[in-house]
Amino acid sequence: MPALRSETMTVNMGPQHPSTHGVLRLVLELDGETILSASPTIGYLHTGIEKTCEQKKWQQVIPLVERMDYLSAQSNSMAFCMSVEKLLGVEVPDRVKNIRILLAELQRINSHLVWLGTHGMEVGAVSVMLYCFRERELLLNINEMIAGFRLFPSYMRVGGLREDLPRGFHEAVRSFLDRFVVKLGEYEDLLTNNEIYLKRTKGVGVITGKDAVAYSLLGPIARAAGVGYDVRRAFPYLGYETYEFAVPTATDGDVFARYTVRVAEMRESMKICRQALDRITPTGPHAIDDPRITPPPKDRVYTEMEALIQHFLIYSQGFTVPAGEAYVPVEGPRGEQGFSVVSDGTNRPWRVKSRAPSLLACQALERMIIGGLIADVIAVIGSIDVVMGDVDR
Amino acid sequence: MEGSELIGRLEQAVPGGVFETAASIDLQTTVYVPAERVTDIGRALRDAPDLRFDFLAELTAFDFWPREPRFELMYLLVSIEHRLRLRMKVRLAGPDAHIATVSGIWPAANWLEREVWDMFGVAFDGHPDPRRLLMPEDWEGFPLRKDFPVQIRRPAYASEALQVTEQEFRDNIQRDRLSRPGHEG
Amino acid sequence: MGLESEIPVLTTSVEKMVQWARRSSIWPVTFGLACCAIEMMAMSCSRYDIARFGAEVFRGSPRQSDLMIVAGRLSRKMAPALRRIYDQMPEPKWVISMGACASIGGVFDNYAIVQGVDQVVPVDVYVPGCPPRPESLIYGIVQLQRKIAEQRLS
Repeated sequence: MPALRSETMTVNMGPQHPSTHGVLRLVLELDGETILSASPTIGYLHTGIEKTCEQKKWQQVIPLVERMDYLSAQSNSMAFCMSVEKLLGVEVPDRVKNIRILLAELQRINSHLVWLGTHGMEVGAVSVMLYCFRERELLLNINEMIAGFRLFPSYMRVGGLREDLPRGFHEAVRSFLDRFVVKLGEYEDLLTNNEIYLKRTKGVGVITGKDAVAYSLLGPIARAAGVGYDVRRAFPYLGYETYEFAVPTATDGDVFARYTVRVAEMRESMKICRQALDRITPTGPHAIDDPRITPPPKDRVYTEMEALIQHFLIYSQGFTVPAGEAYVPVEGPRGEQGFSVVSDGTNRPWRVKSRAPSLLACQALERMIIGGLIADVIAVIGSIDVVMGDVDR
Repeated sequence: MEGSELIGRLEQAVPGGVFETAASIDLQTTVYVPAERVTDIGRALRDAPDLRFDFLAELTAFDFWPREPRFELMYLLVSIEHRLRLRMKVRLAGPDAHIATVSGIWPAANWLEREVWDMFGVAFDGHPDPRRLLMPEDWEGFPLRKDFPVQIRRPAYASEALQVTEQEFRDNIQRDRLSRPGHEG
Repeated sequence: MGLESEIPVLTTSVEKMVQWARRSSIWPVTFGLACCAIEMMAMSCSRYDIARFGAEVFRGSPRQSDLMIVAGRLSRKMAPALRRIYDQMPEPKWVISMGACASIGGVFDNYAIVQGVDQVVPVDVYVPGCPPRPESLIYGIVQLQRKIAEQRLS
């Protein structure tokens, strides 16, 4: 009888594949269906945003920075604005802090809805995607209400916000929250006790808490493995210490644990949103009253000479930021985010570096899929919630 | 905790008086360390029981051309257990900047160091996989250096070699690995 | 087209039939690169349903699709892959360049982004926006359908 010859097969999950996470390339070495090794190649979406930021004035960096991690756009711009405000040495009014918290939590719900929809679709539950995107349309309506643009509102500015909240904002957010509480229960019914989903996700893509910290993976991935680190609790910013919310954790560290953690996070975000809504007055200051940074209101620009000059200076040459370096950590939907901003005292940044939680998640991907099957690779990539814009910048 | 208290703890954990403090306006205390002691300082910071800086949040470089020393590497360390944050910086001189790798201490540094090599040209001795991360493999130049232009006018490559032999493939990988005299490429 | 009143028969030309078939069922290949892909996904979901216009499913394989919507910024590293996917699509095929980055480079005029996808593949319809609203993209697809209606077969 001839001897059995076995060899491994190399398969390329190329930069274009239907799993809608963007352009990630995985070269897998397979023994049958079991994965022996995986090497991810990234860089297919490298945009050179950090180099482009060095050519723009400080306020012009905000739309660029929003397009890095395009699912948590407002968290990104908020983190950048907070770093620059640290360099300037200014503090925004309390009302602005509460609005920022509200928008950041709504952005977290937004990002987790996209994650849930695409992850469900890849695992096979296609209707989850339609439902999640339907709820997301309501959130995008809120974005459009405050700034006129669905995905990238560019509503955050250094020193506060671009303009005051519109009329009807409170009712819109409240009606969304009232509706979403019910709908989230329905989506959980679709997946949490679903036998097919459990079979595909329990015990799959496990990473231990110790490995998560070693690979710098903090965020829902580490919280699902037992590491209860959340920047909002450990290094509170914007007044998070006055809000009541829990940080959900799990112990298994597999795909199902990450699912439960993220769904629980959506619930906690809704709680924070309600508390923030109660604290925000319908009208009030929307930015600090600093003439170097905040443009004056238009009626004063048209009538007063000083306001006209101030407006002109802010929009033509921008404001200068004292030399120094700052990094303010923020809890984004994917973990700790922040911008290392270096200024050399002029009106353009010297260097803007974004801490990319998705890059580190891609690095740890190999660890999570070795030993599993090919079908598990899709579930794992979905569960670590990579956004290639953040990985490649 | 106060910056001075943290620095006192650092000096206890790593004897030798190697920390040069700098002003810092945010959550992180900033210290400068000499380049040749990065690995043992890193290991001591990670293992000291009252520090436990086991989370490497960020590893990046800043290019201050034409000032010398040109590069400043920044390591952002966080201690989850004790809720401490530290910014450790290293100054590196311009041409042929290189430093030992810390990927043995914090595995997350693997890709972060590859990105610094790709974008700035700072070499990391002993790195297990010194290839470019974000730019194409045959790219020349280091984009985030201050003397690299922002805009280049070059037509896009629409095709690539369809078939390479295995020897060619291995040679290609070897070609853009780090190779300097005296270094095992 | 002629409709006889007593005999249930429609008369038309082969060209019109083929064009009607082609434009009423354009199936795109998933080529979402960046943020525009999110709006493309929103377009295929229930609010701005693109299935009404014939683009029923996004095929995963280029060999089974007619349309490539390049949604997002094209980096230099990705350009050969884009060309290869385009070459793998069978004729007749069309390309929609969605968004400012795919059309002209967008906000990113730098070393890493190809300044317009038309340097690599021939484009039929350009849809501006950053990202374009789903309604804009639907308008782009309807314009493509009009373009197909005017194409000659030979």
